[in-house]
Amino acid sequence: MTLEIQLAIIVGYLLLALVIGLVAYRLTERTAEDFYLASRTVGTIVLLFTTFATLLSAFTFFAGPNLAYLYGPEWILVMGVMDGLIFAVLWYVIGYKQWLLGQRHRYVTLGEMLGDRFASKRLRGIVAGISLVWLFPYVMLQQAGAGTALEALTEGAVPYAAGAGLITLFMILYVVLAGFRGIAWTDTLQGAFMLVTTWVALLWVLAVVGGPGVATSGLEATASEHLALGSAYYSPQFMLSTAITIGFGVAMFPQVNQRFFAAGSKKVLKRSFALWPILCLLLFVPAFMLGAWARGLETGINVAEIEAGGNVLPLILAEFTPTWFAALVIAGAMAAMMSSSDSMLLSGSSYFTRDLYRPFIESTLSARREDVIARVGVVIFALSTFVASLYNPATLFELGDAAFSGFAQLALPVIVALYWRETTRTGITVGIVGSQLFYLLSVFTAVPTAYAGWSAGLVGMGLGLVLTVGVSLLTAPAADEQRAVYFEALEGD
Amino acid sequence: MDWLERLGWIFGATALCVLGIPWFLWGNDTIVAGLPLWIWWHIGWLLLASGLFWLFAQRAWGVGIEPDTAKRGEANVPPGGER
Repeated sequence: MTLEIQLAIIVGYLLLALVIGLVAYRLTERTAEDFYLASRTVGTIVLLFTTFATLLSAFTFFAGPNLAYLYGPEWILVMGVMDGLIFAVLWYVIGYKQWLLGQRHRYVTLGEMLGDRFASKRLRGIVAGISLVWLFPYVMLQQAGAGTALEALTEGAVPYAAGAGLITLFMILYVVLAGFRGIAWTDTLQGAFMLVTTWVALLWVLAVVGGPGVATSGLEATASEHLALGSAYYSPQFMLSTAITIGFGVAMFPQVNQRFFAAGSKKVLKRSFALWPILCLLLFVPAFMLGAWARGLETGINVAEIEAGGNVLPLILAEFTPTWFAALVIAGAMAAMMSSSDSMLLSGSSYFTRDLYRPFIESTLSARREDVIARVGVVIFALSTFVASLYNPATLFELGDAAFSGFAQLALPVIVALYWRETTRTGITVGIVGSQLFYLLSVFTAVPTAYAGWSAGLVGMGLGLVLTVGVSLLTAPAADEQRAVYFEALEGD
Repeated sequence: MDWLERLGWIFGATALCVLGIPWFLWGNDTIVAGLPLWIWWHIGWLLLASGLFWLFAQRAWGVGIEPDTAKRGEANVPPGGER
């Protein structure tokens, strides 16, 4: 019975998404700009929610509440600083400037924007290549998360590989068909749905246990140290390193960065910017407080179970809410992971076709053929990450964290280039390559991952900044660099 | 004075981010209305941020990016340019 309800909800959701995709397909022009950016016509609500939906990841619903359960709810603050504040500021600093440049020069990707300014095909390729290297494990993570969730939800009736495979096939079908417009629409539906269900879940659990006061007293009796701000796990260095690297990383994630080009007008950007912190507040407080409070409630959940990889959110919902509701939330969370992957697949494919395939392999690509290659790229990317997810080597969080910090390394060289005319091609190239090398070494070799508590990701960002500025000061710009392109008469609308 | 204005905004944005974590409540476990006080700070701070962002978008949008400070006021409402 339970299983049928859960599967019905998931299938129902997928069908709804497909209908939206078909409607979007009918509206789609067969050009790359439309496939990737919906021809730069996105409005406030859709832009806000499609960016928001990319944050609705496995971390928000599974790993995050688990950490709140194990160590306390301080992750709420980390998320608030990284997403609600730092990313919002970057929304203006990077996003608005990129939007203006995109309007004027029709850029579709970050690599394209940098390659044009520095007259460097190589730089364009490097930025796209680095982005794809980090995007890959992150997409894999979403597929693995969906596979695990489906398996747990159906108590093994749908095995991991089958679950992840089904999700992958659906994603391919959907992205190839619908393009950015369809993805943005389902994101909006999904973001609103998850926001509502998360709140209903919180209120439901609190109503059963007797309110937040009772829940907090329970936590005080079980793990009172979780209520005090900070702990050995949540050190100031950890909280700041995480918030800064992920906050900057989000802005360089292809699917987020590309959304800076997609806004329909300046007003859309302004409104989304002001509403953004509230959206973060509304999502992370209930999701993580559910995890934190679960620790003090009388449930069958125990610490060893969560430490061994169990997920606290489905468990607490199963304990306090009816089956159909728990299934609805889990199906929604899975759909959310899928929508993150949809966007990443599409952006990954655009980086591949525009910044690698076209410049390096087939420079005479026709518009029609680019449209085909873009879709083939989606298929190859999704299948490869699916195969990798079958051998899922590390825990979700470690992988996700590595990807965000990896993207974060790109942020400061890009900001320097956007705002400092003296940046040279050699400067930015050395800054990007140097910081990436340093961070990769810290992930894969004996190079330390922390420096007096500060993460290698943060240290690498500093290194990238110093290298970009330092080498730019020491080198002369190449003759063909277009040094004025980011500065000449940029005005809104 | 353009650089002074920019510096002010950079300082303000940094302060907003830094105080997203209430450092002065470190180790504090006071409970107010069923939630730790520091979570109430977080809620209040993000609401404040949203308000400040709205104000910034109304009054100073374009600072540091669009070239002409004097013209910015008009550029904000071009005839029929916004939706």
